Amino acid sequence: MAENVKPRVRVPRDATAGETIIIKTLISHKMESGQRKDDDGNVIPRSIINRFTCTFNGESVIDVAMEPAISTNPYFEFEVTVPESGTFEFTWYDDDGDIYTDTKEIAVS
Amino acid sequence: MKLLIKGGIVSAALFAAFGANADEEASLVINEDIEITVRTDAPAHLDNMRTIYSGWVYRSDETQALQMDDFENPGMIFVDDAIDVWASADGSEGKGCVDCHNEPASMAGVRATYPKWNEEAGEVRTLAMQVNGCRTERMGAEEWKYDGSDMLNMEALLASVSRGMPVNVAIDGPAQSTWEMGKELYYTRTGQLDLSCANCHEDNYGNNIRADHLSQGQINGFPTYRLKNAKLNGVQSRFRGCVRDTRAETYAVGSDEFIALELYVASRGNGLSVEGPSVRN
Repeated sequence: MAENVKPRVRVPRDATAGETIIIKTLISHKMESGQRKDDDGNVIPRSIINRFTCTFNGESVIDVAMEPAISTNPYFEFEVTVPESGTFEFTWYDDDGDIYTDTKEIAVS
Repeated sequence: MKLLIKGGIVSAALFAAFGANADEEASLVINEDIEITVRTDAPAHLDNMRTIYSGWVYRSDETQALQMDDFENPGMIFVDDAIDVWASADGSEGKGCVDCHNEPASMAGVRATYPKWNEEAGEVRTLAMQVNGCRTERMGAEEWKYDGSDMLNMEALLASVSRGMPVNVAIDGPAQSTWEMGKELYYTRTGQLDLSCANCHEDNYGNNIRADHLSQGQINGFPTYRLKNAKLNGVQSRFRGCVRDTRAETYAVGSDEFIALELYVASRGNGLSVEGPSVRN
């Protein structure tokens, strides 16, 4: 497992039905591109998060394919229109097979 | 209607003039909660400046914004790492920071007074030296590398709990001779370019040095997350970079010279708020 990987998500606690909210996500990850060499000239193997998804009550909100040029600690901010109360699920897929997840509840009135 | 259009043109012109540079009049509130003093009267010992400014005011709007919210501040990732280290034991005594100091919040105000004289050790200590003092003397652990990532993470944590408090380092008493040595270094020209700290940061702050908007070189925001290398940077490593850029052989990070310079430069910011981990370019 990559070191010190910690997902962070900010979702408003409540919203009104049909409101467009802003979701911010950040995951600490070194996002090693596979292009760099270490002090001895050996290629440092690629190790990135290659996919990020967000779902709301099981429905896909965003699904991102990520490439090696993305910098360290990738940050995503996006808008979501929420029709009802429910749960956001966030998932990050690491090159090494690890999957990091976070969930946030939102109350819609 | 006519007036409105005029206003639009004026603001567009202003944007063209200052868009690439900073809003030097902006004020900084972090998390809509912590008010940061980014400009204030210069401390009495400063002869050549009336007002001191945090480096934050010289950065672009986008960079400034990153520091207004902990979620957006990439430096806070490292603070989180240090919170984990704070609670974990290390060394032969089986102790962690938490065993003596309780929660990190109990260290509020500590960052603001460093570097300071340590009576037992009989020397001026930077925060990094004090952390290493704790590690070797109380925890029986190995020293962290000066300005290494472990140390900078911990310094970022200690700074973060003091944010908003005014920098207030003592320059008299037993620290005075060190402070004077630092002042001497500040005004000493070095390198092929024959520049002292003051040539840029006292005589020319606010001006551009090629593409870079010169600040006063205040260190209240250290450790600093720099966008150019995407990591925390220590103050003495920054000194090293500056001296190197004058094309001089630099002092070493952790050397007596840089400790003295750190004390002196910190004292030039007495009155500004602690704002580390700050975000700069």
